[in-house]
Amino acid sequence: MKRTVFRNRWLPYALVAPQLVVTIVFFFWPAFDSLRLSLYRASPFGDRLIFIGSGNFARLLGDPAYFRSVATSFAFSLVVTFVGLALALLLASLANARIRGLAVYRTLLLWPYGIAPAVAGVIWLFVFHPSFGVLPYVLSFVTAYQFNWFLKGWVALTLIVVAAIWKQFGYNLAFYLAGLQAIPGSVLEAASVDGADPIRKFFAITFPLLSPVTFFLFTLNMTFSFFDTFGLVHAVTQGGPGDATSILVYRAWKDGFDGLQLGYSAAQSVILMLLVVALTAVQFRYAEKKVTY
Amino acid sequence: MAIGGHVTGAEVVASADLARGVPVTRAPRVTDWRGPIAHAILIASVVVLAFPLYYAFVISTQTLSEVTSLPPKLVPSTHMLENYADAWTRAKMGRLLLNSAIVALAVAFGKIVISLLSAFAIVYFNFRGKQIVFWMIFITLMLPVPVRIVSTYQVVSVLGWVDTYWGLTVPLMASATGTFLFRQYYQTIPDSLAEAAQLDGAGPLRFLWSILLPLSTANIAALFVILFVYGWNDYLWPLMVTNSPEMRTAVIGIDSLIPRTSQLPEWNVAMAAAMMVLLPPVAVIVLMQRWFVKGLIESEK
Repeated sequence: MKRTVFRNRWLPYALVAPQLVVTIVFFFWPAFDSLRLSLYRASPFGDRLIFIGSGNFARLLGDPAYFRSVATSFAFSLVVTFVGLALALLLASLANARIRGLAVYRTLLLWPYGIAPAVAGVIWLFVFHPSFGVLPYVLSFVTAYQFNWFLKGWVALTLIVVAAIWKQFGYNLAFYLAGLQAIPGSVLEAASVDGADPIRKFFAITFPLLSPVTFFLFTLNMTFSFFDTFGLVHAVTQGGPGDATSILVYRAWKDGFDGLQLGYSAAQSVILMLLVVALTAVQFRYAEKKVTY
Repeated sequence: MAIGGHVTGAEVVASADLARGVPVTRAPRVTDWRGPIAHAILIASVVVLAFPLYYAFVISTQTLSEVTSLPPKLVPSTHMLENYADAWTRAKMGRLLLNSAIVALAVAFGKIVISLLSAFAIVYFNFRGKQIVFWMIFITLMLPVPVRIVSTYQVVSVLGWVDTYWGLTVPLMASATGTFLFRQYYQTIPDSLAEAAQLDGAGPLRFLWSILLPLSTANIAALFVILFVYGWNDYLWPLMVTNSPEMRTAVIGIDSLIPRTSQLPEWNVAMAAAMMVLLPPVAVIVLMQRWFVKGLIESEK
């Protein structure tokens, strides 16, 4: 804690005022309003709100489509995060050597972070395009199966997973590479002297020492794939075909803005909030127990 | 941006090394295979990452008949200028890009200014209610915008800010990432600096302007890159808060150019628009790379 050195009766309030006003108006007010709205539904003409207590939540919990969205969201985020990180770690481990030009490689790896998820989606949409895309064309030599994401849910899901991993992959690799290069060679040499083989060395030494990097990348990738992929889904698949790619944020938006079911959408927001709070708690516990710094 | 987290700069030792950007130029002393393998893997990764962008660029230079021909043509063609001009006029790209630039810059500068000020108050003053203010600001780290979409829209609509630049930008500033970053940084600045300033008769604002601000440039640059990219690329909020085509941002505006099933497959025009939209944030990252890595680490703390 810093020794406070300035004295002024009103200045500190003036300094925090802009941030505080923005926080109250655009954070606390909407958050509490979501809580309140989740207990109402709009009247048939949409002109007033009718109190229905826990009705929206009961409806959500009885809706198989909502549970499909929960499953889709978690499967999507976990696959994007785990596949993305595992692949990055594997390649970084194989590429971990003292070589020239690392700064150049880093530049060539980091740029996709700047591409909007929606734009990444549009590019991959064409790569996957059933009639003109290069990927279905190449695959047509291997199999007669039609990789048409307009019709097949799992192809659509694969499309957005690939686009999301693509966007994140470069900096995952760059961070893992930097993490590996920071591990002192003497530690690994000592293990070699003790007769540990490369795979044992990796799991006993390298992976635990990398845990801060893994934890950092895990948080970043989970947040990204849970929330920031809305644009990807909206621009590319619109949740379909069917509801194969309706992630939770997309469903909350669709019910609220397309369907104008404000209370129903607010109830989904409330569940999302609880989910985020729970995940944050889990994350803190995990951080305290497992991560070696 | 972050849900929360425990990782601090010192702890991500490795990433700090990345931030410093020290190129390792020592060649291997013993001839072994690790060097060539490393180059091969990195080159392969770079090529695979770049391919979709290259493909999109190639498509943006082709004629409609080339786009729809099989096998796909993977070399640039002659129609680049026509396609870009077509995209520019059809989607009114000038206006869209201007809107995106205004939003990205306003979000970046607005958030930097309000968080510089509030962090200064929290670190350098003692005032009644400081703890409450502190927690009110930092709890926002927990809940990103998408979890309170409908209600935030209603607040903006009550204020009459729908379809305005105010509505597009100010709600995106309600997050503590910047405040947190500057607070961390101010706490590492020696007390003696502020004491010396006081002895010289400098008031708090003078100290902030002449000493703290120049010391914070690296942090400001780091935050700028992250926020610019965030503001430019954000999709959900501008989609909700704008109705008229004139107020749309670029990432949303190009939606109208994506050929749907029943339309002429003018992917060349759509890709030309995509290239124009992705260029500014990618350029900011490449040109300000050092601060980008710093910002990525610091804003996630």
